[in-house]
Amino acid sequence: MTGRGETWHRRYYSIHLSAPDDFEEWRDKARRLVQCGIKPDQVIWIEPGGNSDLFSVADGKGSTAELPDLPDHPSQIRVSKRFMAVAKNASLHSDPERFALLYGLLWRLQTNGGLMEDKTDDDVRRLEEMDKNVRRDSHKMHAFVRFREVESAGSPEGRNRYVAWFEPEHHIVRANAGFFVRRFTNMQWSILTPKGSLHWDGEILKAGPGASITDAPDGDPVEELWRRYYASIFNPARLKVGAMLSEMPKKYWKNLPEAELIPALISGAQKREAEMVATGEREELERPDTLDQLDRAIHGCTNCPIGLLENEAVAGEGPADKEAFSGLMIVGEQPGDQEDRTGKPFVGPAGQLLDGHLERAGIDRKSAYVTNAVKHFKYVQRGKRRIHQSPGAKEIDTCRWWLESETDLVDPKLILSLGASAARAFLGKTVSITKVRGEPIKLDGGRELWATVHPSYLLRLDGEAADAQAEAFQRDLARVSERLRELA
Amino acid sequence: MKNETIIERLGILADAAKYDASCASSGTSKKDSRLGKGIGSTEGMGICHAYAPDGRCISLLKVLLTNHCIFDCHYCVNRKSSNVRRARFTPQEVADLTINFYRRNYIEGLFLSSGIFKSSNHTMEQMVEVARILRDDYDFRGYIHLKTIPEADPELVYRAGLYADRVSINVELPTDSGLTRLAPDKNAMQIEGAMGGVKSAITQSKDEIKRFRHAPKFAPAGQSTQMIVGADAATDSDIVGKASRLYDSFKLRRVYYSAFSPIPDASAVLPLKRPPLVREHRLYQSDWLMRFYGYKPNEVMQATEADGNLPLDIDPKLAWALKFREFFPVDVNRASKERLLRVPGLGVKAVERIITARKHRSLTLDDIAKLTVSIAKVRPFLIASNWRPTTLTDRADLRTLLAPKSEQLELFGA
Repeated sequence: MTGRGETWHRRYYSIHLSAPDDFEEWRDKARRLVQCGIKPDQVIWIEPGGNSDLFSVADGKGSTAELPDLPDHPSQIRVSKRFMAVAKNASLHSDPERFALLYGLLWRLQTNGGLMEDKTDDDVRRLEEMDKNVRRDSHKMHAFVRFREVESAGSPEGRNRYVAWFEPEHHIVRANAGFFVRRFTNMQWSILTPKGSLHWDGEILKAGPGASITDAPDGDPVEELWRRYYASIFNPARLKVGAMLSEMPKKYWKNLPEAELIPALISGAQKREAEMVATGEREELERPDTLDQLDRAIHGCTNCPIGLLENEAVAGEGPADKEAFSGLMIVGEQPGDQEDRTGKPFVGPAGQLLDGHLERAGIDRKSAYVTNAVKHFKYVQRGKRRIHQSPGAKEIDTCRWWLESETDLVDPKLILSLGASAARAFLGKTVSITKVRGEPIKLDGGRELWATVHPSYLLRLDGEAADAQAEAFQRDLARVSERLRELA
Repeated sequence: MKNETIIERLGILADAAKYDASCASSGTSKKDSRLGKGIGSTEGMGICHAYAPDGRCISLLKVLLTNHCIFDCHYCVNRKSSNVRRARFTPQEVADLTINFYRRNYIEGLFLSSGIFKSSNHTMEQMVEVARILRDDYDFRGYIHLKTIPEADPELVYRAGLYADRVSINVELPTDSGLTRLAPDKNAMQIEGAMGGVKSAITQSKDEIKRFRHAPKFAPAGQSTQMIVGADAATDSDIVGKASRLYDSFKLRRVYYSAFSPIPDASAVLPLKRPPLVREHRLYQSDWLMRFYGYKPNEVMQATEADGNLPLDIDPKLAWALKFREFFPVDVNRASKERLLRVPGLGVKAVERIITARKHRSLTLDDIAKLTVSIAKVRPFLIASNWRPTTLTDRADLRTLLAPKSEQLELFGA
């Protein structure tokens, strides 16, 4: 390498490139320049439409020339694999100085083979930054090209053309044609951009000159569906605008049919979230600390429609003295007409029937805590009479908040649930009583749930069925009684 | 297309699908449509075709086949006792929507999930039918993710895996007691059993492909799962433990976390405040520490505070470093890769660059500054040729120095 830089001193070379994205052309010319020992500061690279005036600024003292002839004994070119890989991609960058940067690095690689590994070198970092920008732009092209279907005259159904308008930042169009060919092989499509266009007819790819937005179709009915999808898949409860903007910068928005929705989605998000919470979640309540607080709170509860009827909430009832509590909590469905009038649980016909059965099973009702899964009486008015209505699953679940608080305050060892509603209130699902009765079900906190039928069910039966069911009910209570003694 | 009705139903069924966190389309086998009659390609890297204002990537058409459901899981907007509007698609309609979106380059493929209607088996059959139409009738070579139903017949789950790139089964809640309480119709044993079945089918298929090149591929992008965070009392420690057991037992590609988010018509059994979104973010960070930074699950658990949760104001890597200061400072010019990866503020890429660059010369603090976002954050934890942190590493107020200012947190806050 003797004499490099001496021989050609003060001569300048303006190298014209025929395309902004033809790496092979640059590579061939750069190789020749290195072999001729032309220093980076002697070379001006000019891409089509580029400014060659730059040259007159650099010059002033020397003369200019086109590519020099190869010397008799050209030197070997040294280049690392890493450089070639990064340089090819980085050469697509829109920065007019990219070719000069590449040449500077190629020049330095001749004496420093490991240059590319010096990640703290400014030129290496600039090259890698360019490579990264181009890769990102290519990736965004794969992501943000939006085809619109246009009917092509005389084509059979499904052989319509698909045309997209896209504005890349760098000269990436031709380099990314392969991606679209592999993906949309059996479609006819065109991608129009200011930096060149691509046309695929199903067999042959043609690259054309830059296009203008007026060449592109202006709509597609499927975009309505896409916009609806975009608006629906967005969760207003978790707005993160910054995260969106960093991946989908505003410069891309104008060619994305869904982007026009973004401002409204963002501004409406808080309102929508508030609505979501209002229609669903109740206000964040503090759990009551005492049964008295609970009693007061349920009277004002309107979390479900039952609370809006003309009725009074009925609180649970148990021994005033904690010592007298046997550890048994009995839970029915909801207060009935008489319970609502007296404000006490299980005082109507079903309650009287229950009392008889409890006595025979040897359970002292006074030592148990008696309450209901739903705190208010649900009914329909027929003339002067109020007719009982079963609470719905949602109403039971809503009231579960109170029952859970109540259970924690009462702290029973054993819970006897009467009927399907009460069982649901503890299990969270509707179970078949005939399947689960007679066996304990483990609950959180080590409590046992024993589920059986509601006494009002027995009141509705006649004859043999009534006798059989009363017997089964009595058997269930006997087991509970026995278990209660075991636990005591 | 019957746009009028389809668009309404798309609105309902996409809205119902938005609580699923995953939208990944990466990591499957390469395929393209050059030798086929149809459409589509997968080239390894996933592509996000759009981003929603919630910052989430939109890569796939993520919809439910129906939001009718016979199950009554309390955290789920589609549960039986919820009052949401219901809708359903036919398998053909979902396949057509997928193709129409795909042709316009809106998506990478389909992520199909469903409420359980009629029975688990019937639902699974219909979902498999969508995948069959796409693969067989349209020769679709894009990405398909099917959420499988653990209660369905294993044979159906197997068929799903033959059509899909990825299958997933949600474990839903980090603890069994949480599942019993909030998803009374689901059963932890059954969910894990189904995951085990998918795992062995994947292993077997890989083995067959080694021996017979044309053996059918079963879920080449593997299986994943999702856990809801903040709906039960599980701590971050519980969650990390559960995730690492799942990774180990079922060779999962990913465990997704979804911060429990207020849902319309929420069940009253969930008297909960919304967990801060940043909690989910911290869990994902801990997931990365285990997957890419060589942290053991118990090491991540060491980073939790007394209540078993990861700190919200600082990331788990910094939290670990502050607890184990004896591990630092680390010498950038000598330390092993494993040790460098423990330095808060140094990512995997920065560590790789340091290791390449230091072969050539000794690195100074300025060199490191060029490779990282914030030199102030990493400085206390490392030694460079012209830098030693001396007392900085041991200062009691280091956490306050390094934690982001509190107003930044408000962005994530409730």
